Amino acid sequence: MSKPESTFGNMLLSLTIIALAASTCLGFVYELTKKPIETSVLNKKLKAIKQVVPDFNNNPDGEMFRLPTGEGDSLDVYPAKQDDILVGYAVNTYSNSGFSGEIRLMAGFNTDGTIINIIVLEHKETPGLGTKMTEAPFKDQFNDKDPSDFILKVGKDGGPVDAITAATISSRAFCDAVQRAYNTLQKGGLK
Amino acid sequence: MNQMQNFTKGFFKENPLLVLVLGCCPALATTTSALNGLGMGVATTFVLLGSNVVISSISNLIPDKVRIPSFIVIIASFVTIVDLIMKAYVPELYEKLGIFIPLIVVNCIVLGRAEAFASKNNLISSALDGMGMGLGFTMALGILGAFREIAGNGSIFNYKFMEGDGILVFILAPGAFIALGYLIALVNRIRKT
Repeated sequence: MSKPESTFGNMLLSLTIIALAASTCLGFVYELTKKPIETSVLNKKLKAIKQVVPDFNNNPDGEMFRLPTGEGDSLDVYPAKQDDILVGYAVNTYSNSGFSGEIRLMAGFNTDGTIINIIVLEHKETPGLGTKMTEAPFKDQFNDKDPSDFILKVGKDGGPVDAITAATISSRAFCDAVQRAYNTLQKGGLK
Repeated sequence: MNQMQNFTKGFFKENPLLVLVLGCCPALATTTSALNGLGMGVATTFVLLGSNVVISSISNLIPDKVRIPSFIVIIASFVTIVDLIMKAYVPELYEKLGIFIPLIVVNCIVLGRAEAFASKNNLISSALDGMGMGLGFTMALGILGAFREIAGNGSIFNYKFMEGDGILVFILAPGAFIALGYLIALVNRIRKT
């Protein structure tokens, strides 16, 4: 079969057909993957919440509420309840003072304000340096600490936090995010 | 050239990354670990295979003047499919590869194979070509990623076999250039003998 001439009609027709076929395919794949994508996003969130608060049997995602940070922004707070008794809050917090881009953490707090556990949700820090903030030796030093007497500052700034070697900026940003979560809870009167 | 060669040439003789030196951008950026490199390679292989098959079967129906836009639409569709599927079923890998999955659209290997091979050859040769090129690319990314992970982090496939940090520069961008450079030099040395 010989190639069609490059006339206006032929070009218009062939591109239209290709574009239509492509968009049909994509629409189909989109529909097919919509559910799994939603579940994987939700699962990720629930998994993060489970790691930072004590056992709960409510649906923290359904009871999520927003608290203003006082900086013209708000944070998502997920209350964890065991048999309708509040056991802690998971706060989706962030910092913009990272080495490259935004850092997002899920920080779990007891009802008295002590930190239970923190995990890193998203970051773009330098691989091998700033990425160490996702690992236990750094992030677990915050566990069971109360930010009211445990100042969230790295050693260089006169605080008790052990910064990651060669990643002071990332360590500071981590502290900044935790501090933001704590302040927000406190302002909301939830601590 | 027989059919077998269409498949095998992508691994060594015309390896897209190490011999043709195409697709350097994702190769340098995503090979911080062996697993990331392989993931990127598999995604690219799927797109290459899909676009080569579709393009070789319809290239006789496309007028010459609009062939590049047509190819790009077809390639972009396959990339979007990969993007959605990875987001749905391997969210962790998807997050690590990030922007480089959508960027497969502008990967010169894919358009290069479409224009230079698939549009001139039949379906079976094109499928083999796409498969071979894709797996060759995957192999190169895997080797590069494994080397950078071993040297830079003291681990392989996330399995840590060494205490401490390793040579950090290999995880960072300059290390990618250094490792790729030596890998290409090595392949050239072998090819010349």
